[in-house]
Amino acid sequence: MPELYQLTIKEKLEGLKNSSFSSLELTESYLERIKRIDPELNSYITVIEEEARVKAKESDQRYQAGSPLPLDGIPIAHKDIFCTEGVLTSCGSKMLANFISPYSSTVVKKYEESGSVVLGKTNMDEFAMGSSNETSYFGPVKNPWNNKCVPGGSSGGSAACVSAGLAAGATATDTGGSIRQPAALCGLTGIKPTYGRVSRYGMVAFASSLDQGGVLTKTAEDAAYLLKAMSGHDPKDSTSLNVEVPDYINEINQDIKGLRIGLPKEFFSMNLPQHVEKSISDALKVFEKLGTKIKEVELPHLDLSLPVYYVIAPAECSANLSRYDGVKFGYRCENPKDLDDLYMRTREEGFGPEVKRRVLIGTYALSAGYYDAYYLKALKCRRLIAGDFDNAFKSVDLILSPTAPDISFALGEKSSNPVEMYKQDIFTIPANLAGLPAISIPCGKHKGLPLGLQLMSKSLEESKLLRTAHHFQLNSDWHKSWPSL
Amino acid sequence: MLIKDRDLEQIAYLARINIDKDYFPSLKQELESILDLVKKINSADTESVKPMFHPLDLFQPLRKDEVTEKDEREKLQKNAPLSQAGLFLVPKVIEDQG
Repeated sequence: MPELYQLTIKEKLEGLKNSSFSSLELTESYLERIKRIDPELNSYITVIEEEARVKAKESDQRYQAGSPLPLDGIPIAHKDIFCTEGVLTSCGSKMLANFISPYSSTVVKKYEESGSVVLGKTNMDEFAMGSSNETSYFGPVKNPWNNKCVPGGSSGGSAACVSAGLAAGATATDTGGSIRQPAALCGLTGIKPTYGRVSRYGMVAFASSLDQGGVLTKTAEDAAYLLKAMSGHDPKDSTSLNVEVPDYINEINQDIKGLRIGLPKEFFSMNLPQHVEKSISDALKVFEKLGTKIKEVELPHLDLSLPVYYVIAPAECSANLSRYDGVKFGYRCENPKDLDDLYMRTREEGFGPEVKRRVLIGTYALSAGYYDAYYLKALKCRRLIAGDFDNAFKSVDLILSPTAPDISFALGEKSSNPVEMYKQDIFTIPANLAGLPAISIPCGKHKGLPLGLQLMSKSLEESKLLRTAHHFQLNSDWHKSWPSL
Repeated sequence: MLIKDRDLEQIAYLARINIDKDYFPSLKQELESILDLVKKINSADTESVKPMFHPLDLFQPLRKDEVTEKDEREKLQKNAPLSQAGLFLVPKVIEDQG
């Protein structure tokens, strides 16, 4: 008999419906695990125990009345970037370490309406800037598979908590790989939907033309349940897409026979570690067995992705983070002698080193005399990259690559070299630049640490990604194991 | 790409972040390494390429000019570091006359 936390979301919903266990029992079992395991992992910034119990009891009443909601009683966690009314929403920063949000983000509201039980808010890199969860003001998160290693980032807390069975699934955000890279490093499924699929209202902004909310779960099927609940048009987000959301849960079983999977030759000529190459070639055998066709594709401007990203993301971040001025909310320095001193010391003391670096680079790229050479040039290159994908998707349905360059790495190993850290996202950034959906799924292990592969598709084809990932998982076991904790 | 002390001072002031002089050498080095990574964009031929501001090339939709938010001054000001009589307090910005 598996333990409650090991059941998939579908099995949990069935168990709740059949009264095999109650929502309160399910919630209590997670709260107990959090108390026991999380002091070591540090995956939660806030646990909302009492509120979770209240919600679980409400959920049980709906089951008794025979009218449960779609995700009724499923215990989840929200990345601490999603504003939650009455709850600390810190974004992993000292700047917001005292910020009790006066309103809830659309994502948080949608999960409330779906009946899910929120256990708490998860740790993250400060303002989602980082690939190891080491830039958090609330301390680093540890990888459940090896506590000397990082969980990836920026959604490292969400990834660690789901991987350790401390929530059935968690929300996350992805600006350059912040859902997919931690999914790969923690052995999870992580999907970043099409830009505009999930509302950004109440999701603390980092780089507005790249940020997108999504989920981290054990399986692709779990992801279908959670993504369905959080997607859809929101008039409060002007970049939200006004298109129908398909039924990801039902469509997941459709056949993938005949789908064409492209391998970008630029990615595979990169001198990947042998175990990464092997995990990919093993996965390709599974996909071939499932009747898909594998072929090489070209993305000639791929090598521009990382450089383009490190102009656009910092530029947008420097504009977005100008709101933290010590006046209306958040941290404020002591005894400012004038207004400039208030701004300058508040931001000196409230931001960590990585955030400062990016704000400074962004300010530089947008400043008079440099705007055309950096920002405008990067936006033109962005179109070249997006065009590469348009061309490639004329001959294939999906594009496959590793998710991250390697397995997880030791805490502290890359934190003193920003550019080394940035290379973690070399495979994931292109999808953000082109606004495309992408999913990461477990595809192997090396030295006891998980490896992941990424699938990308055309805009709005999340269903195809989930379906392909699901069929892979029906024919592989990598997603099934749990770390021993 | 070399960043001079004067450049860093100017960028830091534009960004309104005070930076201790002790951090200048290491910070300059880090910023230079990022600019070094970024310079690759210069190798791309973008002569006839239009900038891409939105990943799906969509335009900003317009809405009716209606009031949709309630006045929640008190609730919102609970997060203010310093406020009085419904106003946010900041250091004096008018210079003394003498």
